[in-house]
Amino acid sequence: MSQVTQAPLGRPPVALAPTQPVSLNINGEAHTLQIAPWTTLLDALREYLDLTGTKKGCDHGQCGACTVLVDGKRVNSCLSLAVMHEDSHIQTIEGLGTEDKLSPLQQAFIDHDAFQCGYCTPGQICSAQGLINEGKAKTEAQVRELMSGNVCRCGAYSNILSAVMEVLNNEGLIIEDKGWSAGATKPDMAPVEPPKK
Amino acid sequence: MNSFTFTQATAVAGAVQDKAAHDDAAYIGGGTNLIDLMKENVARPTHLIGLKKLGLDTIETLPDGGLRLGALATNADTAWHPEVEKRYPLLNQAILAGASPQLRNMATDGGNLMQRTRCYYFYDLATPCNKREPGSGCSAIGGYNRVCGILGTSDQCIATHPSDMCVALAALDTTVRVSGPNGERTIKFEDFHRLPGDHPERDNTLEPGELITGLDLPAKGFEKNFSYLKLRDRTSYAFALVSVAAALELEGTLIKDARLALGGVAHKPWRDKEAEAMLVGQRATADTFRRVAAKVLENAKGYGANTFKIELAKRAIVRALKQATEMNQVLDTNAFQNSNP
Repeated sequence: MSQVTQAPLGRPPVALAPTQPVSLNINGEAHTLQIAPWTTLLDALREYLDLTGTKKGCDHGQCGACTVLVDGKRVNSCLSLAVMHEDSHIQTIEGLGTEDKLSPLQQAFIDHDAFQCGYCTPGQICSAQGLINEGKAKTEAQVRELMSGNVCRCGAYSNILSAVMEVLNNEGLIIEDKGWSAGATKPDMAPVEPPKK
Repeated sequence: MNSFTFTQATAVAGAVQDKAAHDDAAYIGGGTNLIDLMKENVARPTHLIGLKKLGLDTIETLPDGGLRLGALATNADTAWHPEVEKRYPLLNQAILAGASPQLRNMATDGGNLMQRTRCYYFYDLATPCNKREPGSGCSAIGGYNRVCGILGTSDQCIATHPSDMCVALAALDTTVRVSGPNGERTIKFEDFHRLPGDHPERDNTLEPGELITGLDLPAKGFEKNFSYLKLRDRTSYAFALVSVAAALELEGTLIKDARLALGGVAHKPWRDKEAEAMLVGQRATADTFRRVAAKVLENAKGYGANTFKIELAKRAIVRALKQATEMNQVLDTNAFQNSNP
């Protein structure tokens, strides 16, 4: 009986790359995570820090549900690796306001009934906060254009627009962008009164 | 995503060395396209070299009056930079026509040149694609090719380059600065991206390991008469079916200088210098623009579902040139035109 020997097909199995530490400042608190390099910022927030307010929608940067603020600027956390944000200051929906003290945008979304199912709302609010930080949009057309990275499957766009416009048009409601320099502490959310209806 | 290691580069030379030291390594700037391709398993690098700590994110005026965009400057910072808004409004408009605010906050200027086609078949691992897997065949030819190219295509690939920003950069005669294992060099923008030919897997003329470090804009920005017209399936946050970057230097109605480049129609931003030459010395009239549009599309080839692009591109060229001439018309078409002088 002849013996058949065969070389392994294809590449030999590769060991997984090791995890590595990454330091993130999230909602004013320093965290060091030991994670695999392919962990997205979104998965780091949801799976490692239990900050599940940030939502996973499409996971491809097309819907905006995962929007968070990095150094004051809105980004899609699904298209960014956590290891790329060493020492970044990240703000999620959990850091914008509290149950007792909603942020002006959070209050405006309630006052204007700016959602139905609510799944896109954390991303919408973080994106709107980024829009306000940028200071570019003034008119309704400009707000519509600069909110186009956030999709609402329920179609609550007209109420989202009116909520954002209310905060934009009332300078007293705008949270000042502190510049987000490295080492900045948690932004001061306190002095803003919710809108009187 | 497959398993990979990640290092954060702190100097260009170190990044280039790190790239050479690994098989299948990739540079990562903002990552907005690369990470998506990795999730789809279209890109499978085993090592990523982070670039965000290299610096190279500044925008500065050059001694010759031009402007240097650092390769790591974000698309958003570039579009809203005071010098870009004032002196290169065509570039401002093109950048703001692309992607979403979130993506523009992450995506870098160098990365914008390196983004890959959005041809459906390139992304669909279940189908042949010569760009993704050389020699496997082109599914778009004879397939669903509504988004595909009509100019400079080959029998192996009809994919388009998806960028808006690059269409303006092509029109503005940008120079690409790169650094690699053999030192630094510059590449003229028109020579940076390739036509597919027999090697559609190659998008550009970078040598292995080369890294884009900056983009140099010449002093001339055509800030008085310009238009970036983008036609797409929805009014925001969609890739161009056809886009036109038009820039004119006018003396009354006499055209002294002209630039014309198209997006969404070819494997690279499609700049037509012969068409530009046809414009110079002519009066800026609809007749002139129609003649030029016919010339740009004279060798266009439709593939069925995308044949509509030929007529669409002709009309887009005429409209963009008209908008560039009568700047008042542009005011109605873009929510942000008012921010320009």
